[in-house]
Amino acid sequence: MEIDVKKVAMLARIRLTDDEAGELGPQMNNIIGYVEQLASVNTDGVEPTAHPHDVALPQRIDVVTNTNRRESLQSCAPKIESGLYVVPKVIE
Amino acid sequence: MSFTSLSKLKAQLDNGETTAKELATRYLDRIAAHNDELNAFVDIDPAHVLEQAEASDAYRSKHEARALEGLPIAVKDIFCTQDGPTQCCSNILKDFHAPYDAHVITRLKEAGAVLVGKTNMDEFAMGSSTETSAFGPCRNPWDTDRIPGGSSGGSAAAVAAALTPAALGTDTGGSIRQPASVCGITGLKPTYGRVSRRGIIAFASSLDQAGPMTRTVRDAAMITAAIAGHDPMDSTSVMNAPQVDWLGACDKTNMKGLKIGKPKEYFVDGMDIEVRTCIEKALEKCKELGAEIVDISLPHTESAVAAYYVIAPSEASANLSRYDAVRFGHRCDEPEDLLDMYTRSRDEGFGAEVKRRILTGAFALSSGYYDAYYIKAQQVRTLIRKDFLDAFEKVDVIATPTSPIAAFRIGEKTDDPLTMYLSDIFTIAVNLAGLPGLSQPCGFAHDLPVGLQWITPAWCEDRLLSAASAYETATDWSNKTPATFGGNTGGAK
Repeated sequence: MEIDVKKVAMLARIRLTDDEAGELGPQMNNIIGYVEQLASVNTDGVEPTAHPHDVALPQRIDVVTNTNRRESLQSCAPKIESGLYVVPKVIE
Repeated sequence: MSFTSLSKLKAQLDNGETTAKELATRYLDRIAAHNDELNAFVDIDPAHVLEQAEASDAYRSKHEARALEGLPIAVKDIFCTQDGPTQCCSNILKDFHAPYDAHVITRLKEAGAVLVGKTNMDEFAMGSSTETSAFGPCRNPWDTDRIPGGSSGGSAAAVAAALTPAALGTDTGGSIRQPASVCGITGLKPTYGRVSRRGIIAFASSLDQAGPMTRTVRDAAMITAAIAGHDPMDSTSVMNAPQVDWLGACDKTNMKGLKIGKPKEYFVDGMDIEVRTCIEKALEKCKELGAEIVDISLPHTESAVAAYYVIAPSEASANLSRYDAVRFGHRCDEPEDLLDMYTRSRDEGFGAEVKRRILTGAFALSSGYYDAYYIKAQQVRTLIRKDFLDAFEKVDVIATPTSPIAAFRIGEKTDDPLTMYLSDIFTIAVNLAGLPGLSQPCGFAHDLPVGLQWITPAWCEDRLLSAASAYETATDWSNKTPATFGGNTGGAK
């Protein structure tokens, strides 16, 4: 099987130059080729693992524990204005 | 003097022989003298280190000393710290300052530890050699032309060269145990869910676990005791986990009645013959100490690497989707539109190995392939877990080599990602099964350190520590230190 690297890269929202795609393509085909050996393992009736210890997801008590930390949480943002994240125009 | 264990340093502090400030100064001096050669630390703020040490000395003068009072501990660049940058050795997090401390960082601070700085690692912990770091490769103190293992290579090199007496690492597929092994130190990956993952930059959430990298088994126990425990803010941190007498477990000096499983799949053709000899000799020593060696089989071992390289990249591709250039991280210059901003920022910010894993994961999770790859890998994972459950019906603990080879040369495997992946062959199954694992020094191959790996059932870290303590007491391997950095043993050079 030949992987369409550019298509997968678009799914993952990563731009790839032609050079990068040319290098990554064969490498990914190698990796996927290697993991295809899984097909030869008999897994009839085997449950897929969801958690290594089969424990249920715990729930916290439904009370507010976080305070307003807008300023400190936004201090690492690339671009903010009036407490909002600024991104390129989405709607014309 | 600098190659002293954490426990001995603690005793020196407790009886007034030294102070936290003296210790901090000593290790800061060693970092200043040797870090350029090793590239083990990527961020150091000496003034802040001394401040913490002075605060610890002041605390000690008024109160009873806490568990890690005044002890210098370095942490991998994957742990969020409010002080200083947290960059995960990636350009996408260049100059990122975390708005909160990871749970384990809070625990270390509460125990009185002095945090010495951030250590080098493979970008986003994806690698086995610390060569994919955005800050350049880290080097092995036993031979600086060789890799220190990875992904926690900076922590391993820093402890091995005594730039710090101990460090924290994280282990997703062997990233604590393999670097500990090739740098000749001790590394412990606790049971999945034992230590909170909050504030540890996520790679593969169902596999990641933090743990100590130290000179001795007892040192590893001291740190794990301080960082373990339930955290309501991490849903994967297990509530009501069985408790362990961490330090008590390290008093063991024999192996009477201990049944050690020797899995045939971990002694295979292709592994370094000198590495194999070290492990066989270690098992002989265990017999002398009273253990019984039982041949066992973990039949699905061969599929572990394949399952891992579906599961880990799949989880990584989901986890790393958060780097969208909106809330934090690198944003490209003058994006044309939203899509251009996402795709160009991520192309510029992520290194080649990270891209490879994200794309592999995105492919395995994509429509039409999900069942064949992701679900299949999780089914195989169930079989791997069952292999261990079956084995632990017959034995108390399993012993294996940590890595099939000693440290390889920098650049030797960078052109072939798949060969690099296969160097994790003996550590990965432990993560897939969520079990605890420990690597400790057990000899040298080609003048380079070799690690012995112990594996026990989940929540039985005490059994792991007892076996490793008995072996450590009966041998001298943990006391070997690299001569090039002032230690007692000549390395490869």
